[in-house]
Order: sequence, then C-alpha cells, then structure tokens
Amino acid sequence: MSGAQELAASIRSGVQSAVAVADASFGAINERDDEIHAFLHLTKQRAQIQAQAVDDAVANGNDPGPLAGVPIAIKDNMCTRGEPTTCSSKILEGWRPPYDATVIGRLEAAGAVIVGKTNLDEFAMGSSTENSAFGPTRNPHDTTRVPGGSSGGSAAAVAADFVPLSLGSDTGGSIRQPAALCGVVGVKPTYGAVSRYGLIAFASSLDQIGPFAQNVTDAALCFDVISGHDPMDATSIPNPLTPTLPTVNDGVAGMRIGLVDELMGEGIDDDVIARTNQAAEALTAAGATVERVSIPATIYGLAAYYLIAPAEASSNLARFDGVRYGQRVEGQNVAAMNVATRSAGFGDEVKRRIMLGTYALSSGYYDAYYGKAQRVRTLIANEFATAYESFDLLLSPTSPSTAFEIGAKSDPMALYMCDVCTIPSNLAGHPAMSVPFGVGDDGLPVGVQILAPMLEEARMFKAAKALEDAAKGMS
Amino acid sequence: MSELPEQGQRVGTLETDNSKTVEGVLPEGWEMVIGLEVHVELATTTKLFCGCANNFGDEPNTNICPTCLGLPGSLPVPNKQAIEFAMTLGRALNCTVLPSIFARKNYFYPDMPKDFQTTQFEEPTNAEGFVQLPNGRSVGIERAHIEEDTGKSTHLGGGGRIHDATATLVDYNRAGVPLVEIVSHPVMHDAETARAYVAELRDILLATGVSDARMEEGSMRVDANVSVRPIGNDELRTRCEVKNINSLRSLGRAINYEARRHVDLWTNGEEPKQETRHWDEDGGRSTSGRSKEDADDYRYFACPDLPPLTPTAEDIAAIDAALPALPAARRSALAAAAGVEIADTTLTVERGLDMLVIGAIQAGADATVAMKHADQNLSDGQGQLTLESFAALVVMEVDGLLSSTQVKTVLGELVANGGAPGDIASSMGFEAMDTTELASLLDGIIATSPDEWARFLEGDRKVQGHFVGQIMKATQGKADGKVVNQLMTQRANQG
Ligand SMILES: [Zn+2]
Repeated sequence: MSGAQELAASIRSGVQSAVAVADASFGAINERDDEIHAFLHLTKQRAQIQAQAVDDAVANGNDPGPLAGVPIAIKDNMCTRGEPTTCSSKILEGWRPPYDATVIGRLEAAGAVIVGKTNLDEFAMGSSTENSAFGPTRNPHDTTRVPGGSSGGSAAAVAADFVPLSLGSDTGGSIRQPAALCGVVGVKPTYGAVSRYGLIAFASSLDQIGPFAQNVTDAALCFDVISGHDPMDATSIPNPLTPTLPTVNDGVAGMRIGLVDELMGEGIDDDVIARTNQAAEALTAAGATVERVSIPATIYGLAAYYLIAPAEASSNLARFDGVRYGQRVEGQNVAAMNVATRSAGFGDEVKRRIMLGTYALSSGYYDAYYGKAQRVRTLIANEFATAYESFDLLLSPTSPSTAFEIGAKSDPMALYMCDVCTIPSNLAGHPAMSVPFGVGDDGLPVGVQILAPMLEEARMFKAAKALEDAAKGMS
Repeated sequence: MSELPEQGQRVGTLETDNSKTVEGVLPEGWEMVIGLEVHVELATTTKLFCGCANNFGDEPNTNICPTCLGLPGSLPVPNKQAIEFAMTLGRALNCTVLPSIFARKNYFYPDMPKDFQTTQFEEPTNAEGFVQLPNGRSVGIERAHIEEDTGKSTHLGGGGRIHDATATLVDYNRAGVPLVEIVSHPVMHDAETARAYVAELRDILLATGVSDARMEEGSMRVDANVSVRPIGNDELRTRCEVKNINSLRSLGRAINYEARRHVDLWTNGEEPKQETRHWDEDGGRSTSGRSKEDADDYRYFACPDLPPLTPTAEDIAAIDAALPALPAARRSALAAAAGVEIADTTLTVERGLDMLVIGAIQAGADATVAMKHADQNLSDGQGQLTLESFAALVVMEVDGLLSSTQVKTVLGELVANGGAPGDIASSMGFEAMDTTELASLLDGIIATSPDEWARFLEGDRKVQGHFVGQIMKATQGKADGKVVNQLMTQRANQG
C-alpha cells in the first residue's frame, strides 16, 4: 500500500476508488493479523459507508479532503460512536460509546476511512502491548518480539502495511517507543495541540494523541488534520496552529541541535547510541550544527512520572465502578459490587498503578510524593526552556533498546525503564517524535527522537524529514 | 414574596442580646459554637461543565450528556455564566475574588458519575468575606467555592437510606449542576443568629439573582457544624455536622437539639463523637450517620482537565459594577432616611419597599407614617402604588384630611388599581369630618351612655373604645379615632 499522501491524491483524482483501497486494507489485515494481532475490532461497515461517501464526493466533483479514502487505524482508547471501545480491558468489554472522539470527527471530515480499533496495553499502561486483556500484539519485523507500547497495535498496523496511518496516544512514550521498535514514524504533539475529547484518560496532564505513519510527510499531513483548538477540551490550545506540511522539506540548514547527554549513556544499548550519533552526523551533514547539551533533571523524569501518572490514573479510573456501563460483578451492596467489578475487570498492571497513585495522593504522603513529583516536573520544564535558549531542537535515542522478546521483561521496573528517554517531553508538555534510523545489531529497527519546544512541530518535522532522507541514503 | 413559613419570625425581631437567647436552651455556663456550610445551586442556563440544561423538576435523566454522565473520554469545560455568578456571589458576600483551581475530591458513590467531585480545595474562587445581619452583627465567611452537584438517588425499600435499600434509582439531571458552597467561620452562638444568617444569605442570593434559593426544593441546602463549650473558653470542641435540614425552622430546632445533646454528654463525663448526623424533623432529633473517624481520605489534587481560573482586575471591576443594591446597604439607607434603627428596616427591605419609602420621605411624607404603612399595610408589595401617590396620601393623613381607616381603604385601592389619592378619597365620599360635627355626635352618645361616661371620668380608659366604636358606627368609619380621643379628653377636662 502506498503512503497516505499518494493514496489520497490518487483517490481524489479518480485513479483508484476509496472502496477498493479500504478493501485492500481489510484484505491485508485478513491475511496477516491473526499472526500480528494489531486489531481488536474492525469497523467494516463504518469504513464501507465512509469510503463510498468519499467516492461519491469524487464522482460529484466535490473535494473529499486531504486524507480522502486513506485507511486509518485507531488505538482502542479513543471513543468511536456505536463501535466497541475497550482500552484492552475486560472492564469495558461490550461498551459502545454514544459519541465520537474529536479526532475521529476530524479524520472523517478530512476523508479518512477508519478500518478498526487497535490493541494496547490495558488503559495505555505499559511499554510492550503485552498487558492487554485480549492478548499481546507481535512486532511485524519479528513476531517473537514485542511491538512496544502502549500503542503497539497502532504501530504494528502501520509497520505491517495494513494501513498507511494510525493514531496512538502518548502519556510517557506510548507513541514514540513503539514507533521506534516497529520502524515507523511516531509523533507526540505539544500538549493541547490535539483535542483529548473522547480519549479515555490515563493521565490527563500527560496524555496526547498523535499519528503513526510510514513516512514523515504523512505524519505531518495527519497532524495538520487532527490538531487545532477544540471547545470541548478546556486544555486545548486556543491559538491557531501553524500547518507543518508546507515546510516539511525545508531542511535543517542553520539549525542548532543539542544531543542530550543524560540520554546517551547508562541504560542505553550501544547500538542505539551508535545510531543516534550517526543521526547527529547526518544532521550536521545536512547543514545543522549539533552539540552536546546537559539537561540534568531528565534523570528524575522517570521517578516523577511514576508518581504523577498513577496518581491521575487512580482518579480517572475510579468511574469504572460497574454502576453505569461495562462489566458488572454483583455484590451484596453497592460497595461490594464496586469492589467485585474492579477486582475482576482490571488487570494486574492497572491495579498496581491505581494502588501506587492512591498512595501517592494520600493525606500525609501527598507532599512527599505527588507534591515533590510536581516540583520535578517544573524543574524539567525550566531546564528544557534554558536548553532551548541555545538550541532549536534536541536529539536523543527514542528507546534504550530495539524490540525485545515477548515475555522478556516480567519485572515491572524493567518495563518502566523503556520510557526513560520519552517521559521528559510529556512532563514538559513539549512535542517530540521518533524517526526510524537504521537498525540495531540484531537487525531490528532503531528510532531516534527529535524534541522541540512548545508548538514547534513544523521545525521538528523538518529535522525528521532530513533524517528520513539521510536514512534512505544509508541503506 | 417569600416561600418560607418563618418569615414573620425573621431577623427584625431577633433578640440581640446573645446570653438571653442561649438561656433556656443550654444550662447556664455553656455556649454553642455554630458554623454553617450552605450549598447553593446557581440559576444558570446550563450545567457547570457541559451544555445540558440546568432545570429543576424535568423528567429524570433527560438533561444528560457524556460529560455529566462521566462517560469514559468525556471532558469538562467551565461554564462562563456559572463562574460569573459565583464571583458575583463572592463580591456580594464581601469576599476577595482570587485566582482559583478546580480540584478533584475522590470517593465512590453511585450518584457521582466520575466517582470524584470537581470542587475547589486549597484555592477557592472567593475567600474571607462577611454577611452583615440586620441586628448589626456580622458573620465571617471563610470561603465560597464552586463545585458540581451530584445526581439524585432514590433508595427503594428499607428505611430510604442506601445501606438498607433493595434498589437505588439515580437521576443524573442534577449531576453537574453548578453549586457554590458558602462556608462560615464557627462564630455563631445561638440558633437565632444562624437562622438570621441563612435568611440574609437567601435575600442576598435573590437580590443578585444567582440562585432561586429554595430550601424545600434543595436549591439551598444547609449543614450545621455544632459544638459546645463553657462560656469564656476559646477552645473548639468536637463538632458534629448535622445534615438534612430543610427549612429555617428545622435549622433552629436541629441546632438547639444538637447543642443540648453535646452539653448532656459533656456533663455526664462523655465526649461527643465527631460524625455526620441526620436531622429527623418529625422525631425532633438527630441520628448518627457516618463517623468522621472512618471517613474517606478524599485525596484532593488539582484537576488536570481544567486550567486555573484567573480573573483579571477588569473582570472583578465589571462584576462589582453590575452588583445590585444588597439588603444590608438598603437597610442602612432606609434607616438613615427614615431615622429609625437598622433592625426596624428589615421587613420593608425584604418586601422591596425601601425605595418607595425613601422616595416618599424625600417627597415630603412623614417617615414614621410611611414606615408604618410599609410594615402594616403593604404586605403584598406596592402593586400599582407610585411613589408620588404614596407621598401624597401620607401627607393627607398627617394633615388630618383622612382618618386612618380611610387611609387604609385608599391605600388598598392605590395598590390594586393605582390613581391619585385625592380623587379616590372623593370618589369614595371620604371627606374629612368636621370636628364640631363629631363633638355633637359625642354629646349624643354621652347622653345615652351615662354609666360608661362616669367610668371614663373616673379614669377608666378601657371604656374609651365604646365611644370611639359608637362614633365610627354612626359615621360609617369616616371619623378619625385620634380626633375622637382628643374630643373625649377635652370634654372630660371641661367637667
Ligand atoms: Zn451534560
């Protein structure tokens, strides 16, 4: 399947029909998803209706939009009206939301065809997509390996060429890390650039929806479609955003790029460090100046994150109480029903984080845990701000390693370490993205991370495109 | 004007001497310490965080959407009108309006869709104000913060409470309705002051229009924190929070009952348990509810879905500029214009007659007479009565052109249909009675009632009514009772 931009162009010009493209997508899924398990649910009827509407628009001489007929997969923590939306949790099994997330409406208004809902770590808590109540997703590059997570299904769907585009959500790296492990582009936009309305919250102050794509241009195209102010989300940025697609090929000449010291040492595999250094050289060759920069507070990011995110999650996930929707396990009274429902409905990792977060917010512990974590968060944002006085962008590895074996990381702490490079951007609210850049010693994809200041997605995409071009030259 | 039955016992008749009201409720040497938490539903068009209608009494579960149902993925967006109403109320309560933060109060309850309540904790919108009572005292307000209401549960079976219900029905129309919780300092020491405070709050809410403040419909809900202590002692002893108080009358009864219960416990060497108690109006007692000792840890934290509210100085100035005249200021203005005590202006202000009375006084009407009519003869408001005709009528009365009975009749007509008092008096045949005519009438009555007249001469003033009544009967009420009294005194002095 070709890239999103090419597909949309050929559909808009009538070279191929949206219905045929959707069929091809479902055909590819049908052929290989038993093995990969990227999807939890296919939205065939909805896709059929939307593809037909796009074809009708073309036939009538109307513009079906920049994503005309482009098949897209959606992480199953975004609400789709009338279609199952499970967060890969038994507690939401059978629930069909009565409304669409804002991003769903924007995608369909731009002509995109939603083909299905993808697997994730339950409630987006995890880095391997092994914590799904409906079974793990496998990495299309090596099916004994994980695709990363939590948006593993969406990353795998693009890597397996089921769809040219998908949406994930990124709370601590859940788009960028699986993008790196699956060898695709993954973007975590500025907090507030993309509406969270209809995204089932994990950690509200960190969650952000973003695209996966097979190339940087398609990622920019999709970002431009889904971003922009939404009156339904009070944290949505009110100002109009600069489109990123028009400048994606502008290059990096004259840009100052900082290679983050703290993310280039201990805990990061040598082959990943080597690829990241090569990426720095490639950017230099393309006209940027690259220097090392120290951002000391980033090393506290992981600790702060594992207090803030579970704290917010403990509150966000309270509503899954068996009263109004989803699974209910009866009990002698309301409280007993709540306990029975939550005990049966949530998986271990979710329970672990709810307990962690509940503890962090408890009276007597709040200041020492949640309060201190919030101060670390401010510190990280301040240090980033200082760095951005001297640099236009920052560079680091995305993931400490390439894709690991399914079942290899049974210790939760080992899994938490997967997000060490990605978490600081979530804490600061800044945009960051992962771009494939060569392979590791095991032949599996390596991703490098480009970090940008608030709302500088356009600049970030320029550097990503330059790296993509350089990577093509290497192979 | 008021839907509360307690209106006649309102603040104007309050005993201002604290010790006197406590007497008879608590044994000597004890005093109450009362703080009130008053929840007020704001009369906004839509709910606090979504676009659903804020309508009391609609068919259950018709004003609902993903946000107020707390559906997964839904998000709150603050309602500008609710924020403005809350700030208006804050300014009316003499509070400082501050930058504020919405927080989540986490606990599980089936009528609370998200299993947390969005409220304000450490940084409320309104802080430190006061309410000036008609008796001149003021009650300090700690804070007036914004929060969302829960749904409404109806427990079926058992005693109508959740723990013994066989089933519970929940109406989410109320979920997400904007509330302001007004928290007083624990500075009240008798039930009457607590009632006066709540009555005053209600008048402020009605004056500002931010709430319809109906206790019986639950749009104004009062919880009382009650403790007792030996007089002369500053300590705050264990308090109980009494809930389910549905009227001003219940408030007074509940406070007095609870305080008495505490004194009994302390004097028996026991200590009240800190707990929430349920007022039983029919039984006239409070019953134990949830103990505060095993209360939830609410794990408050700033709601990450809602940016801080940061009103500018201009926003606050605009709120201030739009504030209507409030009851306390109106009472002061009336007291100054009429030359009376502030406590004597309560009824007139409450009836909304203060501008009428002040205007009439400025137009030359006698203040005492104008105030008398406002208190005694205008209980249903001024109707069609204009300031000019009211002033003219009072002047006619003072000049003795109409008897007080005639004035009442003309006033009734003016309220009902309007018009000029002189014209109405003429059309009703109310000409002022000639004094000589009255004197000869009196002579006739003295002649037919020699015994009564003898008793009057001996100083028995009780028989005065006999003569006045006879004259009124003879003149069909046209005579002025005061003039008759004067004539009787003159005649008696003449021997
Ligand atoms: Zn609603």
